[in-house]
Amino acid sequence: MRQHLLEAADLDRADATLVLDTAAQIDAALAGREVKKLPTLRGRTVVNLFFEDSTRTRISFELAAKRLSADVINFAAKGSSVSKGESLKDTALTLEAMGADAIVIRHGASGAPHRLAHWVRGSVVNAGDGTHEHPTQALLDAYTIRRRLGRVDGVRVVITGDVLHSRVARSNVRLLHTLGAEVTLVAPPTLLPVGVETWPVQVSYDLDAALPEADVVMMLRVQAERMNASFFPSAREYSRRYGLDARRMATLSDDAIVMHPGPMNRGMEIAADVADSARSTIVEQVGNGVSVRMAVLYLLLGGAPE
Amino acid sequence: MALPSDQSPAQPDPTAPSALMGADDVARSVDRMAHQLIERAAATTPGAPDGGLSGLVLIGIPTRGAPLARRLAARIEAFTGTRVDVGTVDITLYRDDLRMHGVRALESTLLPEAGIDGRLVVLVDDVLFSGRSVRAALDALRDLGRPRAVQLAVLVDRGHRELPIRADLVGKNVPTARSQKVSVHLSEVDGEDGVTVTEGPALPALPPDPTPA
Repeated sequence: MRQHLLEAADLDRADATLVLDTAAQIDAALAGREVKKLPTLRGRTVVNLFFEDSTRTRISFELAAKRLSADVINFAAKGSSVSKGESLKDTALTLEAMGADAIVIRHGASGAPHRLAHWVRGSVVNAGDGTHEHPTQALLDAYTIRRRLGRVDGVRVVITGDVLHSRVARSNVRLLHTLGAEVTLVAPPTLLPVGVETWPVQVSYDLDAALPEADVVMMLRVQAERMNASFFPSAREYSRRYGLDARRMATLSDDAIVMHPGPMNRGMEIAADVADSARSTIVEQVGNGVSVRMAVLYLLLGGAPE
Repeated sequence: MALPSDQSPAQPDPTAPSALMGADDVARSVDRMAHQLIERAAATTPGAPDGGLSGLVLIGIPTRGAPLARRLAARIEAFTGTRVDVGTVDITLYRDDLRMHGVRALESTLLPEAGIDGRLVVLVDDVLFSGRSVRAALDALRDLGRPRAVQLAVLVDRGHRELPIRADLVGKNVPTARSQKVSVHLSEVDGEDGVTVTEGPALPALPPDPTPA
Protein backbone atom coordinates (compact mmCIF):
# COMPACT_ATOMS: atom_id res chain seq x y z
CA MET A 1 0.00 0.00 0.00
CA ARG A 2 1.05 3.57 -0.54
CA GLN A 3 1.41 6.05 2.28
CA HIS A 4 -1.91 7.77 1.58
CA LEU A 5 -5.35 6.74 0.38
CA LEU A 6 -6.52 9.73 -1.67
CA GLU A 7 -8.51 8.15 -4.47
CA ALA A 8 -9.58 4.74 -5.67
CA ALA A 9 -6.89 4.84 -8.37
CA ASP A 10 -4.24 4.65 -5.61
CA LEU A 11 -5.18 0.98 -5.28
CA ASP A 12 -4.19 -1.56 -7.89
CA ARG A 13 -5.97 -4.88 -7.96
CA ALA A 14 -3.55 -6.51 -5.49
CA ASP A 15 -3.82 -3.65 -2.99
CA ALA A 16 -7.60 -3.47 -3.22
CA THR A 17 -7.85 -7.22 -2.73
CA LEU A 18 -5.48 -6.97 0.26
CA VAL A 19 -7.77 -4.37 1.87
CA LEU A 20 -10.83 -6.58 1.35
CA ASP A 21 -9.01 -9.70 2.61
CA THR A 22 -7.71 -7.83 5.66
CA ALA A 23 -11.21 -6.54 6.42
CA ALA A 24 -12.54 -10.10 6.22
CA GLN A 25 -9.83 -11.37 8.59
CA ILE A 26 -10.56 -8.57 11.05
CA ASP A 27 -14.27 -9.38 10.83
CA ALA A 28 -13.53 -13.02 11.59
CA ALA A 29 -11.18 -12.13 14.45
CA LEU A 30 -13.82 -9.94 16.09
CA ALA A 31 -16.87 -12.10 15.33
CA GLY A 32 -18.87 -13.06 18.40
CA ARG A 33 -16.53 -11.31 20.80
CA GLU A 34 -17.54 -9.39 23.84
CA VAL A 35 -14.45 -7.16 23.72
CA LYS A 36 -14.35 -5.78 20.19
CA LYS A 37 -10.96 -4.20 20.59
CA LEU A 38 -7.48 -4.93 19.24
CA PRO A 39 -4.24 -3.45 20.63
CA THR A 40 -2.67 -3.00 17.19
CA LEU A 41 -2.43 0.80 16.90
CA ARG A 42 -1.77 1.59 20.56
CA GLY A 43 -0.01 4.92 20.87
CA ARG A 44 -0.91 6.06 17.35
CA THR A 45 -3.02 9.16 16.84
CA VAL A 46 -5.70 9.48 14.19
CA VAL A 47 -7.27 12.89 13.55
CA ASN A 48 -10.70 13.11 11.96
CA LEU A 49 -10.64 16.45 10.16
CA PHE A 50 -14.18 17.13 8.98
CA PHE A 51 -14.98 20.34 7.13
CA GLU A 52 -18.33 18.99 5.90
CA ASP A 53 -21.20 17.39 7.77
CA SER A 54 -21.13 13.65 8.11
CA THR A 55 -22.75 11.06 10.33
CA ARG A 56 -21.74 7.61 9.25
CA THR A 57 -18.32 8.26 7.77
CA ARG A 58 -17.02 10.19 10.77
CA ILE A 59 -18.46 7.78 13.33
CA SER A 60 -17.27 4.84 11.27
CA PHE A 61 -13.68 6.13 11.11
CA GLU A 62 -13.77 6.99 14.80
CA LEU A 63 -15.01 3.52 15.73
CA ALA A 64 -12.47 1.86 13.42
CA ALA A 65 -9.56 3.76 14.96
CA LYS A 66 -10.80 3.15 18.50
CA ARG A 67 -11.25 -0.58 17.90
CA LEU A 68 -7.59 -0.67 16.90
CA SER A 69 -6.71 1.20 20.13
CA ALA A 70 -5.51 4.37 18.38
CA ASP A 71 -6.11 7.71 20.04
CA VAL A 72 -8.75 9.64 18.11
CA ILE A 73 -9.18 13.37 17.86
CA ASN A 74 -12.36 14.62 16.23
CA PHE A 75 -12.06 17.98 14.61
CA ALA A 76 -15.11 19.69 13.17
CA ALA A 77 -14.51 22.95 11.33
CA LYS A 78 -17.47 24.48 13.10
CA GLY A 79 -16.35 25.70 16.51
CA SER A 80 -12.63 25.58 15.63
CA SER A 81 -10.12 28.24 14.60
CA VAL A 82 -11.21 27.59 11.00
CA SER A 83 -14.18 29.86 11.70
CA LYS A 84 -11.61 32.52 12.69
CA GLY A 85 -10.09 32.20 9.22
CA GLU A 86 -7.28 29.68 9.75
CA SER A 87 -6.25 28.06 6.49
CA LEU A 88 -6.27 24.34 5.73
CA LYS A 89 -2.48 24.31 5.68
CA ASP A 90 -2.09 25.98 9.06
CA THR A 91 -4.72 23.70 10.55
CA ALA A 92 -2.89 20.67 9.16
CA LEU A 93 0.50 21.82 10.43
CA THR A 94 -0.98 22.44 13.87
CA LEU A 95 -2.40 18.92 13.96
CA GLU A 96 0.89 17.46 12.80
CA ALA A 97 2.80 19.36 15.46
CA MET A 98 0.52 17.63 17.96
CA GLY A 99 1.68 14.29 16.63
CA ALA A 100 -1.03 13.02 14.27
CA ASP A 101 0.03 9.77 12.56
CA ALA A 102 -2.93 9.82 10.21
CA ILE A 103 -5.37 12.50 9.14
CA VAL A 104 -8.78 11.48 7.87
CA ILE A 105 -10.14 14.43 5.95
CA ARG A 106 -13.51 15.35 4.53
CA HIS A 107 -13.61 18.63 2.68
CA GLY A 108 -16.03 20.43 0.38
CA ALA A 109 -13.27 21.24 -2.11
CA SER A 110 -12.24 18.53 -4.57
CA GLY A 111 -8.52 17.87 -4.21
CA ALA A 112 -8.14 19.14 -0.62
CA PRO A 113 -6.75 15.75 0.60
CA HIS A 114 -4.11 15.85 -2.18
CA ARG A 115 -2.95 19.28 -1.02
CA LEU A 116 -2.90 18.08 2.56
CA ALA A 117 -0.76 15.08 1.63
CA HIS A 118 2.01 17.42 0.46
CA TRP A 119 2.10 19.27 3.77
CA VAL A 120 2.16 16.53 6.37
CA ARG A 121 4.44 13.58 7.07
CA GLY A 122 1.72 11.22 8.32
CA SER A 123 -0.81 9.32 6.22
CA VAL A 124 -3.79 11.09 4.70
CA VAL A 125 -7.07 9.27 4.11
CA ASN A 126 -9.68 10.89 1.90
CA ALA A 127 -13.10 10.61 3.55
CA GLY A 128 -14.84 12.50 0.72
CA ASP A 129 -13.66 15.61 -1.11
CA GLY A 130 -16.24 17.73 -2.93
CA THR A 131 -17.55 15.92 -5.99
CA HIS A 132 -14.26 14.09 -6.51
CA GLU A 133 -13.72 10.83 -4.60
CA HIS A 134 -14.68 8.82 -1.52
CA PRO A 135 -12.42 5.77 -1.73
CA THR A 136 -13.30 4.04 1.55
CA GLN A 137 -16.98 4.08 0.54
CA ALA A 138 -16.05 2.27 -2.68
CA LEU A 139 -14.01 -0.24 -0.68
CA LEU A 140 -16.87 -0.98 1.69
CA ASP A 141 -19.26 -1.30 -1.25
CA ALA A 142 -16.91 -3.77 -2.95
CA TYR A 143 -16.55 -5.64 0.35
CA THR A 144 -20.34 -5.80 0.70
CA ILE A 145 -20.71 -7.10 -2.86
CA ARG A 146 -18.05 -9.74 -2.26
CA ARG A 147 -19.69 -10.89 0.97
CA ARG A 148 -23.15 -11.10 -0.55
CA LEU A 149 -22.31 -12.48 -4.01
CA GLY A 150 -18.99 -14.19 -3.27
CA ARG A 151 -17.02 -12.24 -5.88
CA VAL A 152 -16.58 -8.86 -7.51
CA ASP A 153 -14.94 -10.00 -10.73
CA GLY A 154 -17.52 -10.17 -13.52
CA VAL A 155 -20.36 -8.82 -11.38
CA ARG A 156 -22.69 -6.47 -13.26
CA VAL A 157 -23.27 -3.28 -11.29
CA VAL A 158 -25.81 -0.59 -12.20
CA ILE A 159 -25.16 2.78 -10.55
CA THR A 160 -28.16 5.07 -10.78
CA GLY A 161 -28.79 8.68 -9.94
CA ASP A 162 -26.87 11.89 -9.52
CA VAL A 163 -23.54 10.74 -10.99
CA LEU A 164 -22.55 14.32 -11.74
CA HIS A 165 -22.17 15.34 -8.10
CA SER A 166 -21.34 11.91 -6.69
CA ARG A 167 -17.89 11.21 -5.31
CA VAL A 168 -19.22 7.78 -4.35
CA ALA A 169 -19.94 7.03 -8.01
CA ARG A 170 -16.49 8.19 -9.15
CA SER A 171 -14.67 6.05 -6.58
CA ASN A 172 -16.91 3.07 -7.21
CA VAL A 173 -16.50 3.20 -10.99
CA ARG A 174 -12.72 3.24 -10.60
CA LEU A 175 -12.45 0.57 -7.91
CA LEU A 176 -15.08 -1.80 -9.31
CA HIS A 177 -13.37 -1.57 -12.69
CA THR A 178 -10.02 -2.37 -11.04
CA LEU A 179 -11.62 -5.42 -9.43
CA GLY A 180 -13.11 -6.62 -12.71
CA ALA A 181 -16.78 -5.68 -12.34
CA GLU A 182 -18.84 -4.40 -15.27
CA VAL A 183 -20.36 -1.03 -14.41
CA THR A 184 -23.34 0.65 -16.07
CA LEU A 185 -24.27 4.21 -15.18
CA VAL A 186 -27.94 5.14 -15.48
CA ALA A 187 -28.89 8.79 -15.06
CA PRO A 188 -30.67 11.63 -16.77
CA PRO A 189 -28.29 13.28 -19.27
CA THR A 190 -28.16 16.41 -17.11
CA LEU A 191 -26.74 14.44 -14.18
CA LEU A 192 -23.88 12.81 -16.08
CA PRO A 193 -20.49 14.51 -15.98
CA VAL A 194 -18.70 15.86 -19.02
CA GLY A 195 -16.27 13.24 -20.31
CA VAL A 196 -18.22 10.25 -18.95
CA GLU A 197 -17.62 8.52 -22.30
CA THR A 198 -13.94 8.15 -21.35
CA TRP A 199 -14.82 6.27 -18.13
CA PRO A 200 -14.61 2.47 -18.18
CA VAL A 201 -18.42 2.14 -18.05
CA GLN A 202 -21.52 1.80 -20.15
CA VAL A 203 -24.00 4.66 -20.01
CA SER A 204 -27.75 4.41 -20.26
CA TYR A 205 -30.71 6.71 -19.67
CA ASP A 206 -33.19 3.89 -19.18
CA LEU A 207 -33.31 2.26 -15.77
CA ASP A 208 -36.02 -0.27 -16.67
CA ALA A 209 -33.86 -1.70 -19.46
CA ALA A 210 -30.78 -2.02 -17.23
CA LEU A 211 -32.34 -3.69 -14.19
CA PRO A 212 -33.00 -7.26 -15.42
CA GLU A 213 -29.31 -7.66 -16.31
CA ALA A 214 -27.97 -6.35 -12.99
CA ASP A 215 -26.42 -8.29 -10.09
CA VAL A 216 -26.10 -5.12 -8.04
CA VAL A 217 -28.14 -1.90 -8.15
CA MET A 218 -26.47 1.00 -6.41
CA MET A 219 -28.75 3.98 -5.83
CA LEU A 220 -27.14 7.39 -5.38
CA ARG A 221 -28.57 10.13 -3.23
CA VAL A 222 -30.07 13.11 -5.02
CA GLN A 223 -27.87 15.78 -3.47
CA ALA A 224 -30.29 18.59 -2.78
CA GLU A 225 -27.48 20.77 -1.39
CA ARG A 226 -25.69 20.66 -4.74
CA MET A 227 -28.80 21.06 -6.92
CA ASN A 228 -28.09 24.67 -7.84
CA ALA A 229 -29.54 24.41 -11.35
CA SER A 230 -32.57 22.73 -12.92
CA PHE A 231 -31.15 19.28 -13.51
CA PHE A 232 -34.60 17.70 -13.73
CA PRO A 233 -38.14 19.12 -13.96
CA SER A 234 -39.47 17.91 -10.59
CA ALA A 235 -38.72 15.48 -7.79
CA ARG A 236 -41.81 13.54 -8.78
CA GLU A 237 -40.65 13.10 -12.34
CA TYR A 238 -37.17 12.10 -11.24
CA SER A 239 -38.58 9.54 -8.88
CA ARG A 240 -40.86 8.10 -11.56
CA ARG A 241 -38.05 7.65 -14.09
CA TYR A 242 -35.02 6.91 -11.90
CA GLY A 243 -36.34 5.93 -8.48
CA LEU A 244 -36.26 2.29 -7.35
CA ASP A 245 -39.71 1.19 -6.21
CA ALA A 246 -41.18 -2.25 -5.54
CA ARG A 247 -42.39 -2.63 -9.13
CA ARG A 248 -38.91 -2.03 -10.52
CA MET A 249 -37.30 -4.21 -7.85
CA ALA A 250 -39.51 -7.10 -8.99
CA THR A 251 -37.77 -7.06 -12.38
CA LEU A 252 -34.39 -7.83 -10.78
CA SER A 253 -32.90 -11.29 -10.91
CA ASP A 254 -33.35 -13.47 -7.82
CA ASP A 255 -29.91 -12.90 -6.25
CA ALA A 256 -29.52 -9.23 -7.11
CA ILE A 257 -28.87 -6.83 -4.25
CA VAL A 258 -29.80 -3.18 -3.71
CA MET A 259 -27.22 -0.80 -2.27
CA HIS A 260 -27.28 2.82 -1.16
CA PRO A 261 -24.36 4.73 0.39
CA GLY A 262 -26.71 6.73 2.63
CA PRO A 263 -28.10 9.05 3.72
CA MET A 264 -31.27 8.08 1.83
CA ASN A 265 -34.10 10.23 0.56
CA ARG A 266 -36.85 7.69 1.10
CA GLY A 267 -39.54 8.07 -1.55
CA MET A 268 -37.19 9.98 -3.87
CA GLU A 269 -34.45 7.75 -5.30
CA ILE A 270 -35.50 4.69 -3.28
CA ALA A 271 -38.90 3.61 -1.99
CA ALA A 272 -39.18 2.80 1.71
CA ASP A 273 -40.26 -0.81 1.12
CA VAL A 274 -37.25 -1.35 -1.17
CA ALA A 275 -34.84 0.13 1.37
CA ASP A 276 -36.19 -2.22 4.04
CA SER A 277 -36.38 -5.33 1.83
CA ALA A 278 -34.21 -8.44 2.15
CA ARG A 279 -32.29 -7.44 -0.99
CA SER A 280 -31.20 -4.20 0.59
CA THR A 281 -27.66 -4.14 2.03
CA ILE A 282 -27.92 -0.60 3.35
CA VAL A 283 -27.53 -1.42 7.04
CA GLU A 284 -24.92 -4.09 6.28
CA GLN A 285 -22.89 -1.49 4.36
CA VAL A 286 -22.62 0.62 7.50
CA GLY A 287 -21.29 -2.32 9.55
CA ASN A 288 -18.89 -3.33 6.78
CA GLY A 289 -17.63 0.25 6.68
CA VAL A 290 -16.08 -0.13 10.13
CA SER A 291 -14.23 -3.33 9.18
CA VAL A 292 -12.97 -1.87 5.91
CA ARG A 293 -11.76 1.31 7.60
CA MET A 294 -10.00 -0.75 10.26
CA ALA A 295 -8.26 -2.60 7.44
CA VAL A 296 -7.23 0.67 5.78
CA LEU A 297 -5.90 2.15 9.02
CA TYR A 298 -4.04 -1.06 9.83
CA LEU A 299 -2.45 -1.25 6.39
CA LEU A 300 -1.44 2.42 6.48
CA LEU A 301 -0.24 2.60 10.09
CA GLY A 302 0.40 -1.00 11.15
CA GLY A 303 3.93 -1.33 9.77
CA ALA A 304 7.25 0.38 10.20
CA PRO A 305 7.26 4.13 9.57
CA GLU A 306 8.64 5.03 6.13
CA MET B 1 38.27 -43.38 15.03
CA ALA B 2 38.82 -41.93 11.56
CA LEU B 3 36.13 -42.37 8.95
CA PRO B 4 37.04 -43.52 5.49
CA SER B 5 37.64 -40.42 3.45
CA ASP B 6 35.10 -41.27 0.74
CA GLN B 7 32.23 -41.05 3.28
CA SER B 8 32.98 -37.57 4.57
CA PRO B 9 31.64 -34.63 2.56
CA ALA B 10 34.28 -32.97 0.44
CA GLN B 11 33.66 -29.35 1.37
CA PRO B 12 30.54 -28.63 3.47
CA ASP B 13 28.79 -25.42 2.49
CA PRO B 14 28.28 -23.50 5.76
CA THR B 15 25.21 -21.68 4.41
CA ALA B 16 23.35 -24.79 3.20
CA PRO B 17 20.49 -25.92 5.47
CA SER B 18 21.22 -29.12 7.35
CA ALA B 19 18.44 -31.53 8.23
CA LEU B 20 17.41 -31.68 11.88
CA MET B 21 14.33 -33.87 11.56
CA GLY B 22 13.07 -35.89 8.65
CA ALA B 23 9.44 -36.63 7.76
CA ASP B 24 9.50 -39.79 9.95
CA ASP B 25 10.85 -37.84 12.94
CA VAL B 26 8.11 -35.23 12.54
CA ALA B 27 5.44 -37.94 12.39
CA ARG B 28 6.84 -39.69 15.49
CA SER B 29 6.99 -36.41 17.43
CA VAL B 30 3.41 -35.57 16.50
CA ASP B 31 2.28 -39.06 17.61
CA ARG B 32 4.11 -38.74 20.92
CA MET B 33 2.70 -35.28 21.57
CA ALA B 34 -0.79 -36.56 20.76
CA HIS B 35 -0.38 -39.29 23.41
CA GLN B 36 0.85 -36.73 25.92
CA LEU B 37 -2.15 -34.50 25.17
CA ILE B 38 -4.48 -37.43 25.84
CA GLU B 39 -2.76 -37.98 29.20
CA ARG B 40 -2.93 -34.30 30.09
CA ALA B 41 -6.61 -34.06 29.23
CA ALA B 42 -7.29 -37.06 31.45
CA ALA B 43 -5.10 -35.72 34.28
CA THR B 44 -6.84 -32.33 34.36
CA THR B 45 -10.36 -33.84 34.45
CA PRO B 46 -10.09 -37.09 36.42
CA GLY B 47 -13.00 -39.46 36.03
CA ALA B 48 -14.49 -37.80 32.94
CA PRO B 49 -16.11 -40.45 30.66
CA ASP B 50 -14.36 -39.19 27.51
CA GLY B 51 -11.00 -38.76 29.25
CA GLY B 52 -11.49 -34.99 29.37
CA LEU B 53 -11.08 -34.70 25.61
CA SER B 54 -14.31 -32.72 25.16
CA GLY B 55 -12.77 -30.02 27.33
CA LEU B 56 -9.64 -29.86 25.19
CA VAL B 57 -9.20 -27.24 22.45
CA LEU B 58 -6.12 -27.15 20.22
CA ILE B 59 -5.42 -23.62 18.96
CA GLY B 60 -2.80 -23.31 16.24
CA ILE B 61 -0.76 -20.16 15.75
CA PRO B 62 -0.54 -19.41 11.99
CA THR B 63 1.15 -20.14 9.75
CA ARG B 64 2.47 -23.60 10.61
CA GLY B 65 0.94 -23.98 14.06
CA ALA B 66 -2.47 -24.26 12.37
CA PRO B 67 -1.81 -27.45 10.34
CA LEU B 68 0.18 -28.84 13.27
CA ALA B 69 -2.86 -28.43 15.55
CA ARG B 70 -5.04 -30.19 12.98
CA ARG B 71 -2.55 -33.06 12.77
CA LEU B 72 -2.46 -33.46 16.53
CA ALA B 73 -6.26 -33.53 16.61
CA ALA B 74 -6.34 -36.14 13.85
CA ARG B 75 -3.85 -38.35 15.72
CA ILE B 76 -5.79 -38.00 18.99
CA GLU B 77 -8.93 -39.05 17.16
CA ALA B 78 -7.08 -42.01 15.61
CA PHE B 79 -5.84 -43.15 19.04
CA THR B 80 -9.02 -42.61 21.06
CA GLY B 81 -11.89 -42.36 18.57
CA THR B 82 -12.89 -38.98 20.07
CA ARG B 83 -13.00 -35.77 18.05
CA VAL B 84 -11.12 -32.82 19.51
CA ASP B 85 -11.96 -29.16 18.79
CA VAL B 86 -9.38 -27.28 16.74
CA GLY B 87 -9.03 -23.56 15.98
CA THR B 88 -6.54 -20.94 14.90
CA VAL B 89 -5.75 -17.54 16.37
CA ASP B 90 -3.99 -14.94 14.24
CA ILE B 91 -1.60 -12.99 16.43
CA THR B 92 -0.52 -10.33 13.92
CA LEU B 93 -2.72 -7.62 15.42
CA TYR B 94 -1.26 -8.40 18.87
CA ARG B 95 2.45 -8.40 17.97
CA ASP B 96 4.82 -6.08 19.82
CA ASP B 97 7.16 -5.70 16.83
CA LEU B 98 4.69 -4.35 14.24
CA ARG B 99 6.59 -1.09 13.91
CA MET B 100 9.87 -2.91 13.22
CA HIS B 101 8.69 -4.51 9.95
CA GLY B 102 6.66 -3.64 6.90
CA VAL B 103 2.95 -4.17 7.31
CA ARG B 104 2.06 -7.87 7.62
CA ALA B 105 -0.85 -9.60 5.96
CA LEU B 106 -3.34 -11.09 8.43
CA GLU B 107 -4.17 -14.77 8.74
CA SER B 108 -7.40 -16.39 9.80
CA THR B 109 -8.83 -16.61 13.27
CA LEU B 110 -11.25 -19.50 13.66
CA LEU B 111 -12.59 -20.65 17.00
CA PRO B 112 -14.60 -23.83 17.58
CA GLU B 113 -18.33 -23.22 17.97
CA ALA B 114 -18.23 -24.15 21.65
CA GLY B 115 -15.68 -21.40 22.26
CA ILE B 116 -12.82 -21.60 24.73
CA ASP B 117 -14.48 -20.54 27.99
CA GLY B 118 -13.76 -22.94 30.82
CA ARG B 119 -11.81 -25.36 28.60
CA LEU B 120 -8.21 -26.56 28.47
CA VAL B 121 -6.64 -24.59 25.62
CA VAL B 122 -3.40 -25.90 24.19
CA LEU B 123 -1.60 -23.38 21.98
CA VAL B 124 0.27 -25.12 19.16
CA ASP B 125 3.22 -23.61 17.28
CA ASP B 126 6.05 -24.94 15.16
CA VAL B 127 9.09 -23.30 16.76
CA LEU B 128 9.49 -21.78 20.23
CA PHE B 129 12.20 -19.11 20.10
CA SER B 130 11.94 -15.73 21.85
CA GLY B 131 8.48 -16.44 23.29
CA ARG B 132 7.03 -13.24 21.86
CA SER B 133 4.59 -15.01 19.53
CA VAL B 134 3.28 -16.97 22.50
CA ARG B 135 2.82 -13.81 24.53
CA ALA B 136 0.90 -12.25 21.62
CA ALA B 137 -1.24 -15.40 21.45
CA LEU B 138 -1.93 -15.20 25.20
CA ASP B 139 -3.00 -11.58 24.76
CA ALA B 140 -5.30 -12.61 21.91
CA LEU B 141 -6.80 -15.43 23.99
CA ARG B 142 -7.59 -12.98 26.78
CA ASP B 143 -9.83 -11.07 24.36
CA LEU B 144 -11.46 -14.25 23.05
CA GLY B 145 -12.58 -15.81 26.30
CA ARG B 146 -11.51 -17.27 29.61
CA PRO B 147 -10.04 -20.76 29.30
CA ARG B 148 -9.73 -22.91 32.42
CA ALA B 149 -6.03 -23.32 31.68
CA VAL B 150 -3.67 -22.59 28.79
CA GLN B 151 -0.76 -24.85 27.85
CA LEU B 152 1.79 -24.69 25.07
CA ALA B 153 2.86 -27.43 22.65
CA VAL B 154 5.67 -26.85 20.13
CA LEU B 155 7.35 -29.12 17.62
CA VAL B 156 10.80 -27.58 18.17
CA ASP B 157 12.15 -25.67 21.16
CA ARG B 158 15.33 -23.91 20.10
CA GLY B 159 15.99 -21.86 23.23
CA HIS B 160 16.93 -18.16 23.47
CA ARG B 161 13.81 -17.05 25.32
CA GLU B 162 13.30 -13.32 25.84
CA LEU B 163 10.30 -13.77 28.12
CA PRO B 164 9.51 -16.07 31.04
CA ILE B 165 7.63 -18.60 28.90
CA ARG B 166 8.17 -22.35 28.59
CA ALA B 167 6.50 -25.10 26.61
CA ASP B 168 4.50 -27.86 28.30
CA LEU B 169 4.97 -30.27 25.42
CA VAL B 170 8.00 -30.31 23.14
CA GLY B 171 8.56 -32.48 20.08
CA LYS B 172 12.31 -31.92 20.04
CA ASN B 173 14.68 -29.73 22.01
CA VAL B 174 17.36 -28.28 19.76
CA PRO B 175 20.30 -26.29 21.12
CA THR B 176 21.02 -23.53 18.60
CA ALA B 177 23.07 -20.41 18.22
CA ARG B 178 20.99 -17.24 18.18
CA SER B 179 22.24 -16.47 14.68
CA GLN B 180 20.98 -19.78 13.27
CA LYS B 181 17.61 -20.12 11.59
CA VAL B 182 15.38 -23.09 12.32
CA SER B 183 12.72 -23.82 9.68
CA VAL B 184 9.86 -26.26 10.08
CA HIS B 185 8.36 -27.52 6.83
CA LEU B 186 4.93 -29.10 6.80
CA SER B 187 3.40 -30.70 3.74
CA GLU B 188 0.18 -28.64 4.09
CA VAL B 189 2.20 -25.43 3.62
CA ASP B 190 5.55 -26.40 2.11
CA GLY B 191 4.79 -29.64 0.27
CA GLU B 192 7.03 -31.78 2.50
CA ASP B 193 7.72 -32.53 6.17
CA GLY B 194 11.02 -31.81 7.88
CA VAL B 195 13.02 -29.45 10.06
CA THR B 196 16.22 -27.77 8.93
CA VAL B 197 18.74 -25.45 10.52
CA THR B 198 20.62 -22.80 8.53
CA GLU B 199 23.71 -20.95 9.67
CA GLY B 200 23.05 -17.24 9.96
CA PRO B 201 25.50 -14.42 9.44
CA ALA B 202 28.56 -14.72 11.70
CA LEU B 203 28.09 -12.65 14.83
CA PRO B 204 30.95 -10.94 16.68
CA ALA B 205 32.39 -13.23 19.35
CA LEU B 206 31.13 -12.64 22.88
CA PRO B 207 33.63 -11.17 25.32
CA PRO B 208 35.27 -13.84 27.50
CA ASP B 209 33.43 -14.79 30.66
CA PRO B 210 35.01 -12.73 33.46
CA THR B 211 34.25 -15.28 36.16
CA PRO B 212 36.87 -18.05 36.35
CA ALA B 213 35.53 -21.56 36.03
